[in-house]
Amino acid sequence: MELFQHTANQLHKMLINKEVTCEEIIQSVLNRVEKVDENICSYITVTRDSALEKAREIDKKIINGDEIPPLTGIPVAVKDNMCTENIRTTCSSNILHNYIPPYNATVVERLNDNNAVMIGKTNMDEFAMGSSCENSGFFSTRNPWAQERVPGGSSGGSAAAVAADEAVLGLGSDTGGSVRLPAAFCGIVGMKPTYGAVSRYGLIAFASSLDQIGPFAKDVSDCAWLLSAICGYDPKDSTSVEYNVPDYTTFLNNNVKGFKIGIPKEFMGEGIDEKIKKAIEDSAEKMASLGAEVEETSLPHSEYALAAYYLIAPAEASSNLARYDGVRYGYRAEDVQDVVDMFKKTRSQGFGPEVKRRIMLGTYALSAGYYDAYYNKALKVRTLIKQDFDKAFEKYDLLMSPTNPVLPFRRGEKIDDPLQMYLVDLCTQSVNLAGIPAISLPAGLVEGLPVGLQLMGKPFDEGNILQAAYTFEQNTGYYKNKPSM
Amino acid sequence: MISKSDVEHVATLARLELSEEEKELYTKQLSAIMEYFEKLKELDTDDVPPTPHVLPLKNVLREDKPGEQMDSEKALSNAPDREGNYFRVPKIV
Repeated sequence: MELFQHTANQLHKMLINKEVTCEEIIQSVLNRVEKVDENICSYITVTRDSALEKAREIDKKIINGDEIPPLTGIPVAVKDNMCTENIRTTCSSNILHNYIPPYNATVVERLNDNNAVMIGKTNMDEFAMGSSCENSGFFSTRNPWAQERVPGGSSGGSAAAVAADEAVLGLGSDTGGSVRLPAAFCGIVGMKPTYGAVSRYGLIAFASSLDQIGPFAKDVSDCAWLLSAICGYDPKDSTSVEYNVPDYTTFLNNNVKGFKIGIPKEFMGEGIDEKIKKAIEDSAEKMASLGAEVEETSLPHSEYALAAYYLIAPAEASSNLARYDGVRYGYRAEDVQDVVDMFKKTRSQGFGPEVKRRIMLGTYALSAGYYDAYYNKALKVRTLIKQDFDKAFEKYDLLMSPTNPVLPFRRGEKIDDPLQMYLVDLCTQSVNLAGIPAISLPAGLVEGLPVGLQLMGKPFDEGNILQAAYTFEQNTGYYKNKPSM
Repeated sequence: MISKSDVEHVATLARLELSEEEKELYTKQLSAIMEYFEKLKELDTDDVPPTPHVLPLKNVLREDKPGEQMDSEKALSNAPDREGNYFRVPKIV
């Protein structure tokens, strides 16, 4: 077995036992990137030199007998919408093609504090708007399981990198499913924490009331490790919540006895591929056989979530993206008549088609005469969706559903029909509207392609989600399926 | 139904300059999307409060003391155009 194939847990043990050096680990992963990334196209920037330099520093620390936190020397892929000091951060947009942040996002600082090693910055749908990674302003990432298919989006680069062993862990951001969907499509674990659990400082904003950074990993244990490292209060983010972050690895118990799990029937009906539905029914049976009480339930307003989401997210985006004006950073159009002309030309030339579409949609929904009919209406529907979850969690510890309503689709298949593309987020968006945590983990293969099981929990109840996920994983072994590349 | 002139108006508000082709495309696509949103009208929400944010947000206050600052050279390092310690833009009036 090659070093790049291991999990973070395994590598940590090998480092502690001095069976391997950090430089060997990083070199192994960099070689892997060199070998496969021309096919997978996960990375926009590979930070080869700084990764190797850091690895050598870490090896010195290990020789000196310094403390070795769990993520020490572990190669991490970081989505290119998290600011990295002196390392280009593009959001996969031409409007930020030359942006070199003068500061680190808080999550990046946390990786550094834990001695993790960043391998590079990964491709994404431009400004995280998309479900296929085809909306990148630069190139499309491929699914390691079937390269003619999409890896899911928007954090497709980080997900594909972890699935293809081009990184051991990854960071993505999830506004409507952008961590969970690509995790499901690429056959790995991905988690969206509770809104407010992870600092958004330095995360380039898409929809601020929905955005949350989350981990990608090859198994649930690694996911718990990375989650423990990135959660916690940050005074630089006014929506960051002060709470006692548990060591999430203490929840890795192989036991779901007494867990009450509801399956919202709305997530198993129209729009869900029958074969995926079957896989999730099998997963439910498995959970029940392991001692959980599993039954059907209802989130009655689910059918309105997609419409509410696609009003709220673009409305917030149209406001957030007003900052790209060519004045302070990023692309500036040339040959302009005056400052307004500069704004218009800069934005029109810098943004790609999906970003423009969402800015238009959001601006329309917020414009005079339409605010109450669309934006405010969507916020009221959001209340109803959140109340559905509150009510369900009075009875259930967890809810389960498919993550992906359809199998990873072919590149180009949905790109010309925005509404069809939006429907891919059917099972994931309401989680962001309600602000609750959810994980996606492998639930087996259908026609040789991965299916994701989504487990949703109460706010700040990531621990129970991880315990149920760990139990499912240990008793099914689906995480052992790997793409043949 | 969204008309081409709606699209032009919204583009002006959003400071976007659209080609004729884009105007046609967005008129068609945004109409289809907005039509889908009509679904929300099925719900009676008169007595439902809006949820702009899931957290009970509060003002975050601190003492009025200077904290860490970024030096101006660094802050200006990405400027497309500058003059001294200022961002430079084309004429405004």
